[in-house]
Amino acid sequence: MNIADYKNVWVFIENEHGEAKNVGLELLNQGRILAEGNKEKLIGVVIGNEVDAAVKAAIAYGADEVILVEGEEYKDYNTDGYANVMVKLVEKFKPSVILIGASNNGRDLGPRISARLATGLTADCTGLGINEETGDIAWTRPAFGGNLMATILCSNTRPQIGTVRPGVFKKAQPDTTRSASIIKEEIRTPAEIIRTKVVGFIKAMDESAVKLEEAEIIVSGGRGMGKPENFALLNEFADLLGGAVGASRAAVDAGWMPPLQQVGQTGKTVGPKIYFACGISGAIQHLAGMSSSDVIVAINKDPEAPIFDVADYGVVGDLFEVIPVLIEEIRKSKAS
Amino acid sequence: MDILVCVKQVPDTSEIRIDPVSNTLIRSGVPSIINPFDANALEAAVQLKEAHGGSVTVISMGPQQAKNALKECISLGADKAVLISDRLFGGSDTLATSYILANAIKKLGKFDLILCGKQAIDGDTGQVGPEIAEHLGIAQLTYVAKLEVKGEVITVQREHDEGYEIVEAKLPAVVTVVKSINKPRYPSIKSKLAANKAVIDVITAADMPEINTEKIGLKGSPTKVKKTFTPPRKESGVRICEDTGRGCALKLFEKLVAAKLV
Repeated sequence: MNIADYKNVWVFIENEHGEAKNVGLELLNQGRILAEGNKEKLIGVVIGNEVDAAVKAAIAYGADEVILVEGEEYKDYNTDGYANVMVKLVEKFKPSVILIGASNNGRDLGPRISARLATGLTADCTGLGINEETGDIAWTRPAFGGNLMATILCSNTRPQIGTVRPGVFKKAQPDTTRSASIIKEEIRTPAEIIRTKVVGFIKAMDESAVKLEEAEIIVSGGRGMGKPENFALLNEFADLLGGAVGASRAAVDAGWMPPLQQVGQTGKTVGPKIYFACGISGAIQHLAGMSSSDVIVAINKDPEAPIFDVADYGVVGDLFEVIPVLIEEIRKSKAS
Repeated sequence: MDILVCVKQVPDTSEIRIDPVSNTLIRSGVPSIINPFDANALEAAVQLKEAHGGSVTVISMGPQQAKNALKECISLGADKAVLISDRLFGGSDTLATSYILANAIKKLGKFDLILCGKQAIDGDTGQVGPEIAEHLGIAQLTYVAKLEVKGEVITVQREHDEGYEIVEAKLPAVVTVVKSINKPRYPSIKSKLAANKAVIDVITAADMPEINTEKIGLKGSPTKVKKTFTPPRKESGVRICEDTGRGCALKLFEKLVAAKLV
């Protein structure tokens, strides 16, 4: 492998129902900094079926070029089809860096392709920079439940691949007047290569509902919610703010909220603009899943709760008294 | 059906503290446990064995001390446990680790299903399972919350933003599981005593002559840790502590408005 042959920063633009997910667009913004730092191009990679919206988004959010691979077999994400495409593209175009969102699908795809390409993969990064001496990407990520940060280099193999936590980097302002060339690659994956098949779907929430990973505001409840009916208050609050409702492990273990809504090491890792932790004590496993939020507001009766150590605004009080008044005030200010 | 489960012995990260003076990790006195998601994987394997017959083999890569975790696995229903251990394996990243584990699995025989936890709570990478699948050239199903085997076909429910994808694959396959898949059982006193006497076989590098030593350990790891540091402690935020809930809410609202957050 001649490392000098490998150039440019790729961002995998994950899409759902043909639309780009936020994390890919966020990575374009940070990828721009890495590409410019090494005087390279920023390229969005879109795989799917009928994904015009995702291609347009990639361009509006800053891609210099888009590589597009379409096929019916890519309608739903599947490991074998997507890995086949990515590996073939890498072999042809030789990128230096691939950024992939650390969603479930991103974390399914990353290891499969890095193992096939025998190159390095860094998981769930929260920091991306350039190592000044070598020009390698400096991947920074939390370990030990967020107690320790590690900066990792992949100096001797290419491409350098990382999955990056959603919400950590912010999207640029979209510019729909931008244009960029679209490179269409014809790569088909025969049915016998794709060993998994999506045969159904159990819907837990509406397509239109705000998803935890995409939400700019999250209102989460914990043990302090007391009983499942009390989550209605958080639903009302989240609806008002256009946000999503999350839950701590205690609330999920008690059966008050479904596991898909869990935030933390066991559940989802999130990075919204504002995270309201309501009646959540702040166990380390929970903090690992939300500490990269921009602003954390904690409401808890216990002044010693560890959540206050990470909170930007810590309210020592009864959430059942505080939140209704907060809802009322926000409504008033919206109305005026 | 013959099932293999990969487990990792990890420090109980909920017990880890930061030394307030040096701002470094205090690791001494932190208990070692079976990675909790791997315990879910083992439970899923034992349940499948109870339903379909067959065997459950557990492997772990690590130092001799990891035998304790493997003995615990036997007390929880595994038939056989094997430690993969060699100084040459030290310093392996996920790619090198998965290469070693895949070779060890090949040496141990043919398995219908390989189960792993979704990630280990110390490294949190979640990469070793899918990488093993690639090295073995078989299907992978990740973030699985429910699974069912009928004949040669496995059907799983896979976590998705909007619910659960129902996905099918032909065995053999690697499946990584989430916590909600089951509640691991507790060992009985009898099974604990029996497990204590169990002999844990060890596979070393010399037992796997087909392994390319260029691909293992620090040398065989494409990623290298450049530095580690404890995250800078966040400056303590604004504390709001009024006499009434209403007072707290009004104060918070005022602060959020001032910061243009609402």
